Formats: sequence, structure tokens, C-alpha cells
Amino acid sequence: MEHGKYQHFFRKLHSLAGIIPVGVFMTVHLLVNYSAVWGIDSYNKAAGFMVNLPFKYFLELFVIFLPLLFHGIYGVVIAFQAKQNVGQYHYARNWKFFFQRITGLIAFVFLIWHVWETKVQVEFNGVEANYNLMAGIVDNGWMLTLYIIGILSCIYHFINGFWTFLITWGITASTKSQKITEYIAIVLFFGLAFVGIRAILAFA
Amino acid sequence: MSETAQKIHLIIKRQKDANSDPYTEEFLIPYRPNMNIISALIEIQRNPVNAKGETTTPVVWESVCLEEVCGACSMVINGKPRQACSTLIDKISQPIHLAPLTTFPVIRDLRVDRQRMFDALKRVKAWVPIDGTYDLGAGPRMPEKTRQWAYELSKCMTCGCCLEACPNVNAKSKFIGPAAISQVRLFNAHPTGAMHKEERLEALMGEGGITSCGNSQNCVQVCPKGIPLTTSIAQVNRQVTLQSFRNFFG
Repeated sequence: MEHGKYQHFFRKLHSLAGIIPVGVFMTVHLLVNYSAVWGIDSYNKAAGFMVNLPFKYFLELFVIFLPLLFHGIYGVVIAFQAKQNVGQYHYARNWKFFFQRITGLIAFVFLIWHVWETKVQVEFNGVEANYNLMAGIVDNGWMLTLYIIGILSCIYHFINGFWTFLITWGITASTKSQKITEYIAIVLFFGLAFVGIRAILAFA
Repeated sequence: MSETAQKIHLIIKRQKDANSDPYTEEFLIPYRPNMNIISALIEIQRNPVNAKGETTTPVVWESVCLEEVCGACSMVINGKPRQACSTLIDKISQPIHLAPLTTFPVIRDLRVDRQRMFDALKRVKAWVPIDGTYDLGAGPRMPEKTRQWAYELSKCMTCGCCLEACPNVNAKSKFIGPAAISQVRLFNAHPTGAMHKEERLEALMGEGGITSCGNSQNCVQVCPKGIPLTTSIAQVNRQVTLQSFRNFFG
């Protein structure tokens, strides 16, 4: 996959999959979580809507798990191909490149844990997916800290990935457009980070 | 000048040949105003004695034009890749650390083999084919507006600084590097060169092509000629995107 004439196709697919559907799904997920801020019932209702979508297993497989697995596993391969040199070249964009790979690896581990607790346990161990499940997990201060680190890593990775996506697909070519979209990305990062953290704190 | 005169302190990473291990050697050479790295190296060549006073072999380096247009004297100077000829001793801090570029195989001391860059230019056909069995006549004119930015790209001297700073150009990756991608943009913009646009884009859609770029954007920071490499990469990304749509949808 990595070598030969298909590399270009898979790299582009990796770039696309990170935004559609993975990034879009994550944004919807964070917004649904935010309903916990308005109370237990409100969250259970919003989560219930997601759980009761028609063709749930089909949607989960093709919108979430397959793209996420592809993006995650291939992403780890790409991350370890880089020879990090932020120690030698302290440019802001080089730090962003470095953090893109670090947050990707954190997100990879975080999502395995997150899917294990909130999906595998629900599907195979009869645990009920509701407000109390999450509240039980983040009741512990350490778990809450790890969740916040995981959520922030995912958001950074998505937003910075969106910024590089615009370059990778040739949409933002000029220095000016890359600068403006960088400002937009910073605003989006803080916006999503607020939504994500406010939501997880509603469970704690 | 007496023995107490000002000295230039050089710490050089050396290597006897392509297969031996690197070692460091220090030199103290007499200061003169307005020296560059090359004139300091010439001083060592003239009197090959290291800082300990031992006679040693002169340090080997490569240089041609001495005016930052040939790209031959690239080396890592105080941690950054740049040209030895345009690096003035008076403007950098001492001790001065010199090392060969790490991206390319070392031939000896500071001299490296940049062959992979020339191979890359061949791979992307970074030229305008004009040979024929008869006189093809004058080609189409280039708009002045295009010529102005194309001239900036034509300043590339294949020096290798961008490859050196790129985190995705290394032994684990086959990435072609920023320089060749920018040359694709240059020759695709040329009215006659554009006739072979698809071939150049197809070359960049192969293994280690343009998708291996990770947007660290170090290349544009270290380019001694100030070439807008990241704009070139994004522009060629656009051409590649459109080309792949044409390839698939027809």
C-alpha cells in the first residue's frame, strides 16, 4: 500500500478520510456530547437519537470504523516515516507538523481506550450507553485528565489536518490564503475545544 | 599580526571517505575582515594545522561560483543548511560549526553527492523539449505576469537546503523533495513546457511523489534563494488534483 503506484491514491484517501467522514463525525459527536451541559435527560435524548438511527451498524461500519481504522493505522505508518527536527528548525509550522504527528498518536491510543469502554462494553458486555456510563468513567480525576488530553489531541489533529488538507488538495496555494485559513483554524480549534471540554466537564 | 591576534574558531565534522565514521576536528585560523566560510576553508588548505597544533589533512569541500548561484557549497553551518560562499564570518556566532548535509551521501569531509536531486529533475522532466528533425520555429509567448514569478522559481540552484530541512526527506521515505516539485510548476507554466504537463504530473503521482509532503514548510524557510516553495507545492497539488480528476472522469 505504501509502496508503488498506489501510494498516491492511498495518501490522498488518507487526507480525505480524516475530514470526511472522520472529522465531520467527530464534530457531530462533540456537539451531541454538549447536550450533557443542559442536563442528563437532554443528553440521553440526543445520544438516543444517534443510537436509534436507521441502518446503525451499516453507518457505524462505513462512516466511522472503516475510515477511522484506515486513517489511524496508515497515519501511524506516516507519522513514523518523518525524521522530526524541531530541535534544529524552530519554525512555528514545523512545530505544527510535529504536534500533528504527536496528537495523532495520542488520538490513536485514546480512541482504542474510548471505543473499548463506550462501544465494546456496550455491544458485548451489556453495559448501557447513557449519561451514567460516561459519568462513571470520568468520576476519577486521572481519567478526566486523560479524557481532556485525548479530546484536545483529537481536536488539534482535526483542525490542523483540515488546514493541511486545504494545501494538499491545492485549494489554498498563496501565502495569504494559508495565513487566513490558519487564523480561521485557530478560532475553530478554540471553539471546538470549548465544546469538547465543557461537555466532558458536564459528566464529571 | 602577532600570535595574540584574533582567531576564527572552526569545529568541523569530518569524514575520511564515504564508508568511514565521522569525527570532529577543530581549527583556529587567523582573522581577516570580510571573510566567508570558503576563505576560512582556503586558509586551512593553505596551512593544514588543527587547533592542537598537529598537522592534518586539509578539509575537503565543494564550491564553484562563489556567488550563490551554483548550489555546490551547501553545508550545515551552525545548525542550518546554507551556502558557504554567502555566509560571512563577521555575521555569525563563534565557534563556527561546519558539517556536511545529512540528506546526501558524504564523499569526503564537507563534500556530498547530490545526485538524487539531479535524478529527481530527470524523473519529472524538468526541461522544455525543443529538439526536432526540423526547425520548430519560435514558441508561443509567455505572459509578462507569469514570467515574473516563473523567474523566481528559475533561481533554484539544486543546492539541497530544502531537502536537508525537510523532515519527510530521509532514509525511511522516498519523498522526491521540494526542489523538483517547484521545477514542475516552473516548466508547466512555460508555454512550450506545458505541452508535457501531464508527464511531469504523472511523475509526481508516483511513489515518493508530492503526497509525501507533510507541510512542515521548513523548505521555504531555509531556501537561500527565497523561492516560494510552499506556494509551488500547493499549486502543483492543485494541478495534480485536477489531473487525477481528468484521469478518472475523462
